[in-house]
Amino acid sequence: MGANPQLNAQGELQHLLTIEGLPRSLLIHILDTAEGFVAVNQQEVRKVPLLRGKAIFNLFFEPSTRTRTTFEIAAKRLSADVINLNISASSQSKGETLLDTVDNLAAMQADMFVVRHAQSGAAHMIARHVAPHIHVVNAGDGRHAHPTQGLLDMFTIRKYKGEFHNLRVAIVGDVLHSRVARSQIHALTTLGVPEVRVIAPKTLLPGDMGQMGVQVYHDLAAGLHEVDVVIILRLQNERMRGARLPSSQEYFKYYGLTAEKLAYAKADAIVMHPGPMNRGVEIDSAVADGEQSVILPQVTFGIAVRMAVMSILAGNQG
Amino acid sequence: MKIQIKQGRIIDPQSGLDQVGDLCIAAGKVLAIGETPEGFHPNKVIDASGLVVCPGLIDLAVRLREPGNEYRATLESELLAACAGGVTSLSCPPDTEPPLDETGLVEMLKFRAKNLNLAKVYPIGALTQKLAGERLTEMAELRDAGCVGFSQADAAITDTHVLMRALEYAATFDMTVWLRPQDAYLARGGVAHDGVVAARLGLPAVPPTAETIAVMTALLLVRDTGARVHLCRLSSAAAIDMVRQAKAQGLPVSCDVSTQHLHLSEMDIGYFDPNCHLIPPLRSLRDRDAIRLALAEGVIDALCSDHTPVDDDTKQLPFGETEPGAAGVELLLPLNLKWAEEKALTLVKALASITCGPARVLGLDAGRIALGLAADICVFDPDAWWRVESGALKSLGKNSPFMGYEVRGKVRYTLVDGQLVFEQHEACTSPYNSRK
Repeated sequence: MGANPQLNAQGELQHLLTIEGLPRSLLIHILDTAEGFVAVNQQEVRKVPLLRGKAIFNLFFEPSTRTRTTFEIAAKRLSADVINLNISASSQSKGETLLDTVDNLAAMQADMFVVRHAQSGAAHMIARHVAPHIHVVNAGDGRHAHPTQGLLDMFTIRKYKGEFHNLRVAIVGDVLHSRVARSQIHALTTLGVPEVRVIAPKTLLPGDMGQMGVQVYHDLAAGLHEVDVVIILRLQNERMRGARLPSSQEYFKYYGLTAEKLAYAKADAIVMHPGPMNRGVEIDSAVADGEQSVILPQVTFGIAVRMAVMSILAGNQG
Repeated sequence: MKIQIKQGRIIDPQSGLDQVGDLCIAAGKVLAIGETPEGFHPNKVIDASGLVVCPGLIDLAVRLREPGNEYRATLESELLAACAGGVTSLSCPPDTEPPLDETGLVEMLKFRAKNLNLAKVYPIGALTQKLAGERLTEMAELRDAGCVGFSQADAAITDTHVLMRALEYAATFDMTVWLRPQDAYLARGGVAHDGVVAARLGLPAVPPTAETIAVMTALLLVRDTGARVHLCRLSSAAAIDMVRQAKAQGLPVSCDVSTQHLHLSEMDIGYFDPNCHLIPPLRSLRDRDAIRLALAEGVIDALCSDHTPVDDDTKQLPFGETEPGAAGVELLLPLNLKWAEEKALTLVKALASITCGPARVLGLDAGRIALGLAADICVFDPDAWWRVESGALKSLGKNSPFMGYEVRGKVRYTLVDGQLVFEQHEACTSPYNSRK
C-alpha cells in the first residue's frame, strides 16, 4: 500500500480520492480546465461530447442532494450516461457487501464510479479493488475527504480573490467531523495560502491539528481578524448528543457568523458555506444572503469543477 | 524415541547459556546438554550446524477461533501454524463463541488440542460470565479444568465494583487476572490513535488516556486487593511508565506487548490499510520507541503475536467497519529477531521475551532448556531470509500488516515433549539468501 493510489504509473490522476498528496500543478490544471467548462455552461447548448458513450455510476451510500445532482449535471453536460444508485435503500439492506455491489456494477461496463459513503476510506477501498480502466471519484467519505468540494471552493476563492499567496482564510465550525474542512485545508496549503485558520471549540477539533499546517483559534472574533475568506461549516444536530456542545443556541452565540462578527474580517472578505446551511445555527440569514456571500456561486462552479475532474480522469488510462 | 540435535548453537535465555553443542532427548525430556553421553543411540539425528537450538517459543495471545468461529480458522490450522512458527506453548484468550466461561468448554478445548499432538494450549478463562462484566465465573472450577488465568479479552469491565471483587476472588485462589486496559467510554467508536494520522484521515480516535486511566485503575486495585495482574497489549509510553513505577514499588504486575506495536505505528495505516486496524490502536512513533526500549529493559515481560485470524470478507470493508486484528503467530520469531537486530541485543536477551519471560507470566516451568525438563524445542536458521506472503503462512488468517516484508529467521524443527511436530528443509528462495 505504499504508492499513492490516486496516480497511475505515469503519475497522472487515475482516481480522485483526496487532495492530500496531489501536486500544486495538478490542482491548478483542474481549476484551469474548470474555467473552460464555466464557458460551456453559459452557452446556449450546454453540452460537450467529451464523455460520449461512457457510463458513470453515482454510488451514494449516504443521502445527498446537492453533490449528487451537480455530479449528474456535470456528467450529462459531458454527454456521459449517468446511472444514479441510492444504495442505502437497496442492496445493502439485502445484505450484499460493498465490494459485491461494486463488482456487479463493474460487470455492467462502468467507466467511472462517483462514491459517497459514511465511512472514512470507503473510496480508497473501492479504488484498490476495481479494474484499472475504472476511475473512482470520492464524493465524500466519512470525515476524511470531499475533494471536489475542496476544489470548487478553491475555484470560488480564485474567482473572487485572484491569487492564493496573499490570503488569510478562516474555517469556522465542526472541523473534527468535516471531510470538507480536511479537503479545504489540504487544498489551501498546497496552493500556497500562507495563513489557514480553524476556529472552533476544543470539542469540535481533532487532537492533532497543528501538524496539518493550520493555526487554531477558539475565539471567533480573534480568528476572523483581517481574514480574506470565511468558510462556515455545517453543524450537525447530533453533536449535541455526544456531549460535544450544550446547545445550538450557545453555539450560535459564540461561533455563529453574524454581520457583527463578520465585521472583524476584511471589508471585502467573502463568505462561503458547503451547504446545506442551518440558518441561525452556524450562520445568520443576513450574512448568508448578504453581499459578501458567495454561497450560490459555489454551487454553480461545482458543476464546472466536476466536469473538469471527470474529463481529466477519463483522459488518463491506468 | 531418542533424538540427538547435533552441533547446534544452544541458547537458553533463562540460564544465559549460549554454546555450540549437542542436545539429547529421551522419553520426551532433555537428557543431555552440550555433550552426547556415551552409549546414547538416537533413533533420529538432526544436524543443527549453523542453526540455533532454543526453548520452544511461548505466545501469550493466540486466537484459535474455536469454538464458534471455525470458518475463520480451526484449532488444527492454527496449532499447525504455531508449530511452524516454533511456538510450543500458547495461551488463548476467552473471546470465543461462546466465551470460555464454563468448565465443559475448557475441557473440550484442552481435550481436542491434546489429541492433535501439536503445540500445548493453556486457556485463559473468562473472568465474568459471557464476558458481560457482571457476574463472576466459577474460577476455581475453571482452574481445575485447565485455565491458567482469567481475562475479559477485549471486553472491558466498566463497573469498577465488579472488577475489584473479581480481583479479590481471583487472589483468593492465587490466580492471575489478565486485563487489557482500556476505558470503554474513551475508546467508544474509536478505530485509530488520537494523533496526526486519525486527524488527517478523519478516523474516530482512541486517546492514550483510554489506556492510562484503565492502567491506573488496575494498579490501584492491585494495591488494595493484592491480586496478581497481567496487563495485556500495552500501546502507550505513558502506560509503560506507570508499569515501570508499579514494578519498582513491588506490585505483583506484569505486562506484554504485541509484535505489531513493537514494529509499527499509526503511520503504517497509510491509505487505510485494514490490517493495521488493531486493538489497541497503533500509536505514535514515540510510543513505539518506548515499547522497544522497555521490552529490552525487561519492564515488559513478554512479546506476543496477538494472533487474530480474520477472514477476507470482514477485512474488505471501509477501515472503520473492518474487524480489528492481525494474524501473526508465525511471525513471532522473525519479528523478535528483527527487533533484536535493530536494538543490537544478544539472542539470549532477545529470546527471553518469547520463552522464559512469558513462561513466568503463565506460572509454567517451561520456556527453558534444562535437564529432565520437557523437551519443547525450537530449532531455527537465524540467517534465512523469507518473504511474508499468503502462501508462506500456514494460518488460515492472512491478515498481516507485515505482508511483503522480508524477514530473517526460519524455523526448521519444532519439538513438543520430544516429538517432532514440524520440520522444514527446503531452501529459502529469497534473493536475500545470497547475502549470507
